[in-house]
Amino acid sequence: MGILEVRDVSKNFGGLKALSDVNLSVAEGTVHAIIGPNGAGKSTLLNCLVGKLIPDTGSVSFEGQSVLGRKPHEINQMGISRVFQTPEIFGDLSVLENMMIPCFAKRDGAFELNAYGRMMADGEIVERAEHMLEDMNMADKRKMHAASMSRGDKRRLEIGMCLAQEPRLLLLDEPTAGMARADTNNTIDLLKQIKEDRPITIAIIEHDMHVVFSLAERITVLAQGTPLVEDTPANIKGHPKVREAYLGEQSGH
Amino acid sequence: MTDQTIQTISRDPAPTAPAHRAKARESTVLGLTRKDLTLLIVVAILTVFAPFILNPFPADSALAQFNAGYPDLMQRFVIFGIFAIGFNILFGLTGYLSFGHAAFLGVGSFAGVWMFKLLGMNVLYAIVASVAFAGLFSVVVGFVSLRRSGIYFSILTLAFAQMSFALAYSVLTPITGGETGLQLAKTDPRIFGQSIADDGNIPVPSFFGLEMRDSTTLYMGGWEFTLNVGYYLCAVVMLVAFYVAIRIFRSPFAMMLRAVKSNQQRMNYTGLNPKPYMLAAFVISGMYAGLAGGLMVSMDPLAGAERMQWTASGEVVLMTILGGAGTLIGPVLGAGFIKYFENIFSKINQATLEGWFSVFPDGLSDLLVTLVYPFVGKGWHLTLGILFMLVVIFLPGGLVQGGQKLATVFRRDKNANAVEGPAADQRSQAGE
Ligand SMILES: Nc1ncnc2c1ncn2[C@@H]1O[C@H](COP(=O)(O)OP(=O)(O)O)[C@@H](O)[C@H]1O
Ligand SMILES: [Mg+2]
Repeated sequence: MGILEVRDVSKNFGGLKALSDVNLSVAEGTVHAIIGPNGAGKSTLLNCLVGKLIPDTGSVSFEGQSVLGRKPHEINQMGISRVFQTPEIFGDLSVLENMMIPCFAKRDGAFELNAYGRMMADGEIVERAEHMLEDMNMADKRKMHAASMSRGDKRRLEIGMCLAQEPRLLLLDEPTAGMARADTNNTIDLLKQIKEDRPITIAIIEHDMHVVFSLAERITVLAQGTPLVEDTPANIKGHPKVREAYLGEQSGH
Repeated sequence: MTDQTIQTISRDPAPTAPAHRAKARESTVLGLTRKDLTLLIVVAILTVFAPFILNPFPADSALAQFNAGYPDLMQRFVIFGIFAIGFNILFGLTGYLSFGHAAFLGVGSFAGVWMFKLLGMNVLYAIVASVAFAGLFSVVVGFVSLRRSGIYFSILTLAFAQMSFALAYSVLTPITGGETGLQLAKTDPRIFGQSIADDGNIPVPSFFGLEMRDSTTLYMGGWEFTLNVGYYLCAVVMLVAFYVAIRIFRSPFAMMLRAVKSNQQRMNYTGLNPKPYMLAAFVISGMYAGLAGGLMVSMDPLAGAERMQWTASGEVVLMTILGGAGTLIGPVLGAGFIKYFENIFSKINQATLEGWFSVFPDGLSDLLVTLVYPFVGKGWHLTLGILFMLVVIFLPGGLVQGGQKLATVFRRDKNANAVEGPAADQRSQAGE
């Protein structure tokens, strides 16, 4: 049994079969990549895991508990954090405040009415957020308006915010999309570091094969809403069906 | 977007981390940082001396009609200040625009008058009951309205308020007094007080014996200053309400509200449930509105349903935006500004204008009167409307931003920006 079990999940949008009978098992403590061409249903699959979409059929369970029917914030509190395809951060807040919010969520749960305490006097939270920012190499940006940062920094912050919650499963949706080569390499190093530092499971959707083959221990190839194959990176590289469906398409242009 | 950000956001490169950690342990008085405390003290001084500050012209001078230091108007300044401070907790922090807040003010007013009828004339009964009932009512309205966001939320709150307004005029007449409004009568029980005062009249609202209408007038040269018990009670309540609002703005709760405004999706996927946060903000601002209603009837124990009409809800929106939404002091400024216009500008009539322009030759004088007349007197709405548009277009941060710009012009000292500066500044950037 993996930490995450997806069984026979299907999702239709109107007549479009975005996912059909997807089965996926992510083993605890691994980096599992999900690859596939644009429109293969990768983001849709993630949406079904975090409660953004409800699958038409099938089941999704995390650590043996079903996530279906739970609200996004409840699923998150179970231990799943998600990084989005376009960075989702609190643009109007400072970088430090961005980092404080997941720290509050981790400590106080989904709702805690503290309208009378002084936010900046909560030493434990401020220290933790500062510490996370240092880990993310962003301590110098802590007073910045989050929306004014570069895309790479926003992504870094978003990953940091997810890690601040100490999730047991981290979901990443194309974390390097639209990034410059240097930023991509930084992200690879960051993710490697994360994996080394803590017992975490990572499921990553990625387009960039360089990223996939630098990180993944297991790869699932998705095409037109169905998993084509699942194997180790070495085997995937040589797999004829994959070359045809995906890698071939990549080298073709 | 809010002035909360002053503490943590600046466009300059940040100093080093240890320096900031020292700041986290910054000493506070009453739980306020130095900047906030300064703001509170300045507001306190201004409110205490308002009867003098607002009466700058000698009583028999031609400009005396611009004096605003009379009790009735000063009470309105602070009461609407409270209303706007509360509204700003919802709108300024979360961006949810309620068009029905006058309903809570109305509920507070009716609850207050009922306390005068049933319990006694101590304003404490009215104030406590108005906050409690407005709070309860806002739980219901908030629970339903917050199922939607954006324009749909606004429409739902508007619908609730208009429904309350219509009900107050029809089926709820036994509670609200219908068209005549809810008034006191000699036959009211007032179980902790007297039904009829010793002088044979209906008793007047008081605070442990201090009658709200009591005033002392000081004559100094040609000047007259009226110190009124009712005003000072309202002023103290306003200062407490303002202090609580500052505390709220600096709390983790406010940060969550700003997070809701900034990115609800990220909020959800960070394991936080936006609903209860929003509802709490809604109820708190409803209670502020109720408090304003309770104070209103404490000054004048009479409540009518027109207090709940949508125009009254719109007024507090204007006050907050005019002053500077999301800033601490903005809503108070906006409230004062609008009430000043409503009461002073509206009193300038044709005869007053003719008096002013009589120094010019006849033809020119008539022309000037004709040109200016549409903007004063009954036309004060026109002037206010133009002013509002100018502020929204050129000063999206409201009067607070205007004040801050003036301050930089005069001082040329960036570090000495007004306390609210960065927030208004940011707001204007967001608006561009
Ligand atoms: N919310 C939605 N409504 C309708 N169609 C959608 C929605 N989300 C995704 N789709 C469609 O489902 C298919 C899979 O999309 P997606 O999961 O985003 O692909 P990928 O992330 O693999 O590029 C696409 O054809 C897309 O247009
Ligand atoms: Mg996608």
